[in-house]
Formats: sequence, C-alpha cells, structure tokens
Amino acid sequence: MTVVPKFNKSPWVVHFNCNSCNGCDIEFLACLTPLYDLERFGILHVGNPKHADVLVVTGSVNHRNARVLKNVYDQMPDPKVVVAMGVCASTGGIFADGYNVLGGVDKVIPVDVFVPGCPARPEAMIDGVLKGAQVLQAKHSGKTPLAEKHVLTRTPTPVDAPAVLEKGASHA
Amino acid sequence: MIRRNTIPFGPQHPVLPEPIQLHLVMENEKIIQALPAVGYIHRGLEKIAEKKDYIQDVYLAERICGICSFMHSQNYCQGIEELMKVQIPDRAKYLRVIWAETHRIHSHLLILGLLADAFGFENLFMRLWKVREQILNIMEKTTGARVILGVCAIGGVKRDITPELSEYILRELEAVEKQLPELMDSLLKDYSVKQRLIGVGVLPKDKAHELGAVGPVARASGLRMDLRETGYAAYGDLDFKMVVGEAGDCYDRTMVRVKELYTSLDLIRAALKRMPQGPISVAVKGSPPADEVLARIEQPRGELNFYIRGNGTRNLERFRVRTPTFANLPALLHQLTGCELADVPVIAICIDPCVSCTER
Repeated sequence: MTVVPKFNKSPWVVHFNCNSCNGCDIEFLACLTPLYDLERFGILHVGNPKHADVLVVTGSVNHRNARVLKNVYDQMPDPKVVVAMGVCASTGGIFADGYNVLGGVDKVIPVDVFVPGCPARPEAMIDGVLKGAQVLQAKHSGKTPLAEKHVLTRTPTPVDAPAVLEKGASHA
Repeated sequence: MIRRNTIPFGPQHPVLPEPIQLHLVMENEKIIQALPAVGYIHRGLEKIAEKKDYIQDVYLAERICGICSFMHSQNYCQGIEELMKVQIPDRAKYLRVIWAETHRIHSHLLILGLLADAFGFENLFMRLWKVREQILNIMEKTTGARVILGVCAIGGVKRDITPELSEYILRELEAVEKQLPELMDSLLKDYSVKQRLIGVGVLPKDKAHELGAVGPVARASGLRMDLRETGYAAYGDLDFKMVVGEAGDCYDRTMVRVKELYTSLDLIRAALKRMPQGPISVAVKGSPPADEVLARIEQPRGELNFYIRGNGTRNLERFRVRTPTFANLPALLHQLTGCELADVPVIAICIDPCVSCTER
C-alpha cells in the first residue's frame, strides 16, 4: 500500500494562521518535528506560497484576514489543495459567535479536506495532509477531487464573504 | 546616499506561525521606525464571553491562547473564585501549580526552539522540540489532552494525579533534565549563537520600567518582577527563586528562559512531594455577584491580567484581557528602532510574542 500517492512532485505545504488560538499551529509544527516527522512522506514545510501545493489553514476567517488568506491562496500554483485544520477552520468553532468572525475557511476559499479537533491531534493532521495529497493527485490527473462536499453544521454569521473581500481591499 | 523605504514584515511570514505585521521604515539597512499593524487574529473573545455562561467561559478563556492555555483558565478560575468568595482545596492549588509549570516548560522549550530556527540552527530547533514532546506526554497522561487541557474548573480541578502518575512524572522530568545541559550549552555557549544574541536588542533597566515590560523581558533587564513571588495558588508554600538577568539583550532573555526551565522542574518536583491529600474540588453554586475583580498570574511570557465584572446573573458584565505580549510590544518597538534588518526575526522572537493572546 502506498501512503503517498504517486505524483511527480512531493506535496509541499504552506501554513497560514488565520484566526487561530495557536493550539492547532503548535500542533501542526509538532507534526514537522522528530516525533511525528511529516517529512518522511516527502512533505516539506515552506514559507512561500508560490512553492507550495497544499495550503494548511488554522483558525476561522475574520474581516481583516479574509483578504490575506485569499491572496495567499491566489499566489499558489495550480493544482492546489486546501486543508482546514481544526474546528475553527472548519466552522468557526467556539469563536463562531464572534461579531467579526465570518466562519470557516470555506467562506472565502474552496476547501478540500476538513480535519476535526480542538486542537486536532498530530495524527489527525498527518492524515489530513495525506488525504490532501491524494486530492492533489486527483486534481493533477484531471479527475474530480475526492473530498465530498462538506455541509456546515451551523451557519455562523450571515455576512457575505465577497462583500468583505471588496471592503478589505479598499483600506489596504 | 540614504534611501528610505518601508518593508512590510508579515502577516504571512516564515519566522513565526502567527500573523504579526510590522511596517519597518528603513534607512539603508537600519530600521528607524517600526509600526505594528494588528487585528489579523481578533476574534472578539471578550464579547463572546459576555454571551456565554460564566462556567462555559472557562473553556473560552482557555482558548485565548493554545500555548499557555492552562494558565488562562487558571487565572479566570482564580478571578471568579475571588469574586464569589470560594475557598478551593489545598490539593487543587498544588495540582494547578503542577500543570501551570509543565505549561511553562513546554512554552519555554517551544520559544527557544523557534529562536534557534530564527537564527538558522534547525538541528537545535528539532532537538528542543523533541524534548518538548516528553513534557506534552506528561500532560496527555495526566489530563488526556496535549495542548488545551480542560482540567481547570471553578472550585478546583477536574482530575487528580495518582501516586503512580506522580512517579511517572518524576521519571519523565529526570529524563528531560538529563537532556537539557547539552542543548542549553548549544544555546548559551556556542560561538555563532552568541554572535547573534549578545548585544542585540538591548533594553536598559530604566527603559524596561518606563515602557512597562513584563515577564522574562523585564527580568532580563534586571527588574525583579515575578508574580509567583506573591504566592498565589500554592507558590507561597514552595521555595520559588526568581531568575533575573542584567544586560537586557537577547542573550540574557534566552538565559532567563533557560534558567526558568530548571526552576519549573524544581517547582513541579516540590509540588508533587508536598501535595496534601484531600478533595480536588468544591461545588460552586450561584452566580458571580455584581462586583469586580482583577485577577493576575505569571504566565510564561509575563504578567497576565483579567478584569472580571459580574452582575448577579450567570453572564458576566465585562471580561477584559490584558496579556503579557501586549505589555511587551512597546519594548519590542523600542528594541527594533536602530537595529539591522537581519536581526528583526531574532529580536521579535526573543520577546516571545503571542499574537493570539494579544488580539484575542
């Protein structure tokens, strides 16, 4: 059984902290360190979105960082995969009621893999990134992504994300 | 010819996993002004806290920051207990100290690792984080979670440490302590590391006081400020010795953190030894009265303040958070002024910034 799908490039990961409490971020960093060691799958953590295939997002989206997230996403070359780490990135989590929180990452960019947990455990994160690698391979060979359409369990705020993106661009 | 230009540092940058943004006004290679831009991870937490039940707020307070999560919930619980005049059992106080100090060790190892990464010593980063995993194992074994523990509750704690677990903790601490000298020597005695840290980002004692620095940043400048000396929780019964530096540069800040690792190890051992038998929590009934309280605690990064005001219902009237990184930001901006661009990551890491705390 091959864990990482055959692909002509190792899936490189860029991490973006959207609106997170740091819990998922330090757990994701822990994935890269010797005990969990994501690099054994050829997965490298890079700082530049232009080098990356997989975008790992932690935390929910708010009015201020929606534009930054969209920027990071747009800079990545196609095909690309987005992995939403933790409940905040999936639905807004405990902060979904916040007056400036838009909700999950999928309000702004398309998400392929959702990883549950508060914070998600490193094992779950590794699984999420590897699932992302499979989606990446499917996208690369022109197939439809493997991830099923996710249904939000709650709708956090009625704010329309595109409107916020435009508003964010004006005071940049 | 002097050319002036502005370099945006962040919000997405590889130094820190957090989106802190600094506009650096440069004259050639020198920074003449640093302007912070915040709000990227503002979650409106204080307002959410007013909507939720005061018992649910324990979990919310825990998620102010994932790195020092236990201390946030501890501070919140201590505040509410003071407000509602609840006396918690002595054993709970000791258990709180044990988990708070394991959090301090993991937080200090984390930031020392990130510091090593910031000046390009990746091997040291990996090895420090490997040691950190053993501390996380202690937390997982005693509470069931690695980062956000969820064991602190109003009126005490939710889980006990059995004698077997206590022995396990002592064994693990022994193993951690054995590995520390080698790693800390690479941080404090290595020639290249010293070149990157000594004399960088100097914050003199009077300036540290004037700018209101807290925690290791203030202590490295020679200010004797550590709330653990006030003896909250069980610190009064344990022999706590404050670590103070003098030079106020990045090297001293690193040294203070390294020495605090050993202090925390000793505190956990002493707490495990002197912990009295008895219940671990008391039942709390009613609601916080219409009164106010200022709860303070020493976090890995410095003094953490919670202002809590009740109104006699189950919801709080106001919950205000002042975190240590917020207090240290003026000190950071002072240190950045006049430094070289290449030193920015090291100086920024050395105040141990926690942007999630700051922006809430």
